[in-house]
Amino acid sequence: MTGSGSKTQSAQRRRRRRSGWRGLVYIAPAMALVILFFVMPVIFTGWMSLHNWPLMGGTRWIGFKNYVRMFHDARFMSALQFTAYYTVIVTIAIFAVAFPLAIFVEKQRRFVSAYRTIIFLPVVVGLATASLLWVWLANVDSGFIGPALKALGLVDKSPNLLATFDSAFLTIIIMVVWKIAGFTMIILLTGLQAIPSELTEAARIDGAGRWQRFRHLTLPLMRKTIALALIISVTGSILAFDQFYIMTAGGPQNRMISVVYYIFNQSFVSFNLGYGAALSIALLAILVAISIVQLWLLRVGEERP
Amino acid sequence: MTPSKTSLSKQRRACKSFRADSAYHATGIAICLFFLAPFVITFLASFRHGTEARLAPLPPWPTNGISIDSYLSLDTFGAGIWQHTINSLLVSVATVVLTVAVSLLAGYGFSRYRFPLKNVLFVLIIATLMIPFQSILTPLFIILAKLGLNNSLLGLTLVYVTLQLPFSIFMMRNAFDAVPKEIEEAARIDGARDLKLLVRVLLPLVLPGVATVAIFAFLNAWNEFLAALILLSSNEKYTLPVLMMAVRAGRLGAVNWGAVQAGVAVMTVPCLIVFLLLQRYYMRGLMAGAVK
Repeated sequence: MTGSGSKTQSAQRRRRRRSGWRGLVYIAPAMALVILFFVMPVIFTGWMSLHNWPLMGGTRWIGFKNYVRMFHDARFMSALQFTAYYTVIVTIAIFAVAFPLAIFVEKQRRFVSAYRTIIFLPVVVGLATASLLWVWLANVDSGFIGPALKALGLVDKSPNLLATFDSAFLTIIIMVVWKIAGFTMIILLTGLQAIPSELTEAARIDGAGRWQRFRHLTLPLMRKTIALALIISVTGSILAFDQFYIMTAGGPQNRMISVVYYIFNQSFVSFNLGYGAALSIALLAILVAISIVQLWLLRVGEERP
Repeated sequence: MTPSKTSLSKQRRACKSFRADSAYHATGIAICLFFLAPFVITFLASFRHGTEARLAPLPPWPTNGISIDSYLSLDTFGAGIWQHTINSLLVSVATVVLTVAVSLLAGYGFSRYRFPLKNVLFVLIIATLMIPFQSILTPLFIILAKLGLNNSLLGLTLVYVTLQLPFSIFMMRNAFDAVPKEIEEAARIDGARDLKLLVRVLLPLVLPGVATVAIFAFLNAWNEFLAALILLSSNEKYTLPVLMMAVRAGRLGAVNWGAVQAGVAVMTVPCLIVFLLLQRYYMRGLMAGAVK
């Protein structure tokens, strides 16, 4: 009896092992791609960052010199600064537009789904496409915005929107809000709709005003959703490249070089591949740190619903 | 007297709600104008005559009759607009097919089988979402060159597929988790095994998940710019966004804005069509990502 028991057990184990291999076969193509085109490049980036690595010719081990150089690189620091500035401003702008929009399209009534769809349309076109579209709209002679302002008599002369830092920055912010607000709106909408209507109703009966309800009921209950939307917006903005490359080519006086743009310049224009890799590792560290904060924020949100 | 009074107040209330409704929809239309206007202006302007192309689009619609001059001038850039549209389509469709195939298999494996390191491998795949691909472009360039896939649409496709995998595998695993095990057992008894079981029996059941994965893969591959800019080096391989950089740069300092408008139209229309047709599946994917 014990013999037969151990026999079935070992048969079971054998079957499990066989099925184990079969499971691995199913995920093998995915693993191969992820390892070849993601894990290896990440490790390789770390390795390259410790070298002087020109495009042609030999590579040379230089230890942490690339990182030392990074901390003394004024242009990298200004790229970091600009990216942080852009991230803060664009995130505020996106929320300032997306939150009212989410409230606007929350209730199920006539045409609301059409409004949602239309507001969402710019999200599905590429950022590069959107940048290209807006660089034309913002053009001084052949565009739409400047000449339209002039035709309306609001300005004497069509302004060259992309020529000065402030107006170019404003144009890019408006373009990104146009492109992204629909996305943030939908995320916030899921949070709004998850709030039980009995709660808002009860608060209304208790005499809470519209702002009070929003401040003390809606906002706390949407904590998790807001954290998520915030993180998506922040990580996306830190990685901004297309809009600066296409719309202003780095901007007036090279003042619109984002971090990714600077890495791109170092790696693929100046061909300092090793230094570019060190900068990439710095970017990667920033993003991973933000992801960890994200997980923490979302967990905190779970604890205090 | 009482009934007339109530009807009056009812009337007044209806009037008030009508006014509130009108205000609401007026706001709605204004908002929609802002979000639609750039598309509409570009589409209309792209059909103006070549001579009008560098004039401001006031009004945006063609005043001298409809013309495709802008599209013809777009065709003079790079290797011709057809070539680049085909490049973009090839990359996008191949990305869709490969992403669906690979994530279907992996989602099935993660949902139905037990194997060593299963959770570690799943977390590894999902964790790649944390790492921005912008930071690994140089090694990708070098690895593709070592594989003989530099400056090739296949190489670019493989990179895009890899970038799609975390989201897609997550989606497909959830889709398979939602399929009752009994269906599979019944099919097994009927003699369906492995791939046959997966394709004949389970695929129809997870088709909504496949649609979601496919639409995201298509849009991301069609729209991606930075990786294509770096990984493709010869003119005739360019995808549409990279080609548009040549158009944007212009010739002899003059930008052909007609070609820019036409290019934007060519790049935008497929996205809008795919989204409007498959909106339901797109939103499902967005919600899944948001809830996760």
